[in-house]
Amino acid sequence: MFDFLEGYDVLGAFWTTVQLTLLAAVGSLIWGTLLAAMRVGPVPLMRGFGTFYVNTVRNIPLTVIILFTSLGLNNTLGISLGSKVIDTVNFRLAVLGLIAYTSAFVCEALRSGINTVPVGQAEAARAIGLNFTQVLRLVVLPQAFRSSIGPLTNVLIALTKNTTVAAAIGVAEAATLMKEMVENEAQLIPISAVFALGFVILTLPTGLLLGWVGKKLAVKR
Amino acid sequence: MTEVSVAKEDVASAGELVVLKSVNKHFGALHVLQDIDLTISRGEVVVVIGPSGSGKSTLCRTINRLETVDSGAIAIDGKPLPEEGKELARLRADVGMVFQSFNLFAHKTVLENVMLGQIKVRKMDKKAAEEKARALLDRVGVATQADKYPAQLSGGQQQRVAIARALAMDPKVMLFDEPTSALDPEMINEVLEVMQQLARDGMTMIVVTHEMGFARSAANRVVFMADGRIVEEAAPDQFFSNPRSDRAKDFLSKILHH
Repeated sequence: MFDFLEGYDVLGAFWTTVQLTLLAAVGSLIWGTLLAAMRVGPVPLMRGFGTFYVNTVRNIPLTVIILFTSLGLNNTLGISLGSKVIDTVNFRLAVLGLIAYTSAFVCEALRSGINTVPVGQAEAARAIGLNFTQVLRLVVLPQAFRSSIGPLTNVLIALTKNTTVAAAIGVAEAATLMKEMVENEAQLIPISAVFALGFVILTLPTGLLLGWVGKKLAVKR
Repeated sequence: MTEVSVAKEDVASAGELVVLKSVNKHFGALHVLQDIDLTISRGEVVVVIGPSGSGKSTLCRTINRLETVDSGAIAIDGKPLPEEGKELARLRADVGMVFQSFNLFAHKTVLENVMLGQIKVRKMDKKAAEEKARALLDRVGVATQADKYPAQLSGGQQQRVAIARALAMDPKVMLFDEPTSALDPEMINEVLEVMQQLARDGMTMIVVTHEMGFARSAANRVVFMADGRIVEEAAPDQFFSNPRSDRAKDFLSKILHH
């Protein structure tokens, strides 16, 4: 029944998907947090940059961003991110593109979380002599992260599925393999079903686990 | 005799801890602080009362620059209030503040709340900070709650933790912004008792409150505010028994006769 799977490295392809997801998740969490810090900060220049970045990047289709990393950064500007192997270069470019794109959404999820932290928390933190970075790092962001777990879970699930766009620049992840299999085998529906199931297996536990974590860590007021 | 008079003069010259000079502030069209002049001496307990909207909370919050002022000067211990930045953070560490809504850090335990400033601002080591935090929690009577989270405590307990958190920084002056207004009636006294004790220990305090009993018993001076101005300043006995201004008479007649 599953003859059509023979000769294809489905697990390997999904492993690439997982790697893309994890690396981009970590990267966009860091960059997204910095963006959120800029957007709530007191420096007008940084606020302006953060707002500009988010409003630009989240309104550009991901395909365009991923293609730009390959055609713009790599082909035109010659940026190869420290590798000469074309597959590695493309993988890294895809991660970079995914980080650039996803961080805009992480920033906004966090900013909505920051807005759930009562003003009094930051005032009390300032009143004991903490500086702006400390107020953010020690008091506001820890609470903001906890109430952003829900929206951040959505961003992570979207990111997992968005990794399929890396196929556009030839990264050998799940969607690339699916396209190949669909072309070679006359089994469109079973092949699609296998890949759909693969993504559900990746994202469903993520959602359930983070939902539980979110409840567990919720700040009681 | 000579020695005594010298000592007295010393107190007088070094005695001015908080000085506000012709401070003005607007919220849009509302002139919320109008030419405020106020001097608080070391060890003095000043209670600020007045109808709501009179600017007393705003006044309190300008002293550690949680609210900026439009004009005028504020100095603490001889130093003018710095602009935003490191200097301001350092000054705020010396000015304890207790809020109406407690504002304990919701994601930290009671003990961690009292330790945070000591470790991050005063750079104390963890062990010393914990020791001091436990001693302070004991002093305000909530030592047994040290490992709980703020939401698990009653309002009165939370406010006493908030006082301990402010005291942990060894402040020169304590600001209380309506510390009992959000409390259930039966919890007001436990907070006021802690404040009375602080006043007896010689802490300089600026207290915005509606607790006239506290004003009578603990204050050295009562400042009455209305419509953004300081209308009257007097010793509590004199103010409550014989207010000079009509505005104060009116206010007292409304709150004291029932």
